[in-house]
Amino acid sequence: MSRGALSFRAVRKVYDPEGKAVLALDGVDLDIAPGEFCAIVGPSGCGKTTLLNAVAGFETLTAGAIQLDGRTIATPDASAAPGEDRIVVFQNGALFPWRSVMWNITCGPVMQGRMSEREAREHGLKLLARVGLKGCEDKYPNDLSGGQKRRVEIVRALINDPAVLLLDEPFRALDALTKSVMQEYLLELLVQFPKTVFFITHDLEEALFLGDKVVVFTSRPGRIKEVVSVDIPKPRSHEVLTSPRFLELKAALSAVVHTEAMRAFEAGEKEMAR
Amino acid sequence: MAAPTSLPGPGSGPAGARPAARWIAFFQAMLGISIFFLSWFLLVDVFAVWRFAQLPKLSVSLREMFSPDPTFGVSVFTKEYYDHLQASAGRVVFAFLIAVSAGVVIGILSGWNRWFRAVCQPLLELARPIPVLAWIPLVILVMPSRESAVIALTFLAAFFITILNTMLGVRSIDEVYFRAAQSLGFSRWAILRHVVIPGALPFIFVGLQIAMAACWFSLVASEIVSGTAGLGYKVWEAYYYVQFETMVIMILTLGICGYISSAIIRRLGAYLMRWRGKTLGGVA
Repeated sequence: MSRGALSFRAVRKVYDPEGKAVLALDGVDLDIAPGEFCAIVGPSGCGKTTLLNAVAGFETLTAGAIQLDGRTIATPDASAAPGEDRIVVFQNGALFPWRSVMWNITCGPVMQGRMSEREAREHGLKLLARVGLKGCEDKYPNDLSGGQKRRVEIVRALINDPAVLLLDEPFRALDALTKSVMQEYLLELLVQFPKTVFFITHDLEEALFLGDKVVVFTSRPGRIKEVVSVDIPKPRSHEVLTSPRFLELKAALSAVVHTEAMRAFEAGEKEMAR
Repeated sequence: MAAPTSLPGPGSGPAGARPAARWIAFFQAMLGISIFFLSWFLLVDVFAVWRFAQLPKLSVSLREMFSPDPTFGVSVFTKEYYDHLQASAGRVVFAFLIAVSAGVVIGILSGWNRWFRAVCQPLLELARPIPVLAWIPLVILVMPSRESAVIALTFLAAFFITILNTMLGVRSIDEVYFRAAQSLGFSRWAILRHVVIPGALPFIFVGLQIAMAACWFSLVASEIVSGTAGLGYKVWEAYYYVQFETMVIMILTLGICGYISSAIIRRLGAYLMRWRGKTLGGVA
């Protein structure tokens, strides 16, 4: 795998709602290797999603640059441009509810002209079967459960063969059991379709379980506080969660995450009081 | 007037609705209607209470309505009845279709394009609350014939409502669908076809129901002022010639027409938005 090297250089983002400048991201330097699963952890409002949106091409930067395989995809000069080499799986899901599951999956490659409708359908059926959703192709997304929708959405992302997969707290709305099943599905899929993954979560355990690398962000303005390599071999199953090495890493990081969460909380309180 | 809602009402719900629930809804509806007619019958026919004595009797009106040889020349067995019905229904359908096609296009443009919206919205907000009745003289002045004036007024009623609801519909679409479409490589045309239009459909159909009701309302008003035929025209003519039973026949017909037209829109909406079925049915 040589595709999917993502690098951030001095990334800075200032929002300017009603003239009140808000520094969302400051001095973010980060390299993600091809095929690496990078999990970003940080308190709410720390700029995680802003960073993801910048990679996806939904936001422009105030300073710095983001490169994908040596190609600059975000700078302050260029206007934001999404591309099918960076597919997002959104926090609350973005399957088009008015189209069938199959349409949702195949629309990308068909519209980009990379596959014929028939090819895309065959491919889609195979992928659906892989994630245990055989027979769901003609249903509407609203007829599926939350976990099923997430699987469809991940399939929709993978069929586009993106260089990097952007996941924005994809399992947030799921119950704990469904969530753990989904995590294993994701890891399994990534074995078959290796991708660089940029995964946002505020759940440290999830980050450590899935990630090859865990990046902890500070509360606003978002800066990188700590980068940890998770040296637990893959494939991982849920037994890992109770292994000594996992607990060790979790203990080391949870103090850091907690401190930042407290800072974010206090900053929020102050803002409310103002 | 039918409640302007896009939710499938009881009795017209998805095919999966339990039959028992549908029967109960049907009887409830019948109960309400029966109470109205029973009150009419008691107040006018039986006891002739005070001012109500002036009104046409229910029994006489119904007899007139279904008489092969009606006293005032109009019943469901006469050609004149269908002439008026056809005149009115034709105007409503024609005006409604033009208003909807133009209104949806303008609504989508102004919902989608910020510049277009900035230009259109203030004008719309200003024009929308003006009652159609207020336009009548101006429209009569400008239109070449009485017929075209009636149609134009009926059109106006539906036009603004459709634009506004369509615009709101486009605005109501979650930004996330546009982002998803962009990153999946949709062209602008594909976004319009697969995101904007289907996404705005629920609001559009709410608008269509309100617009249809407004069409009948302004049709009757304009027929009274400017018509030469039609249900509204006949209501007024019958009043003028003291043919009160004929008036009742026309009013009942208007009610039925309004109900049928709005039921057609509701059915069409439910069909086009099958994808909403489960979430609204409370099953999910």
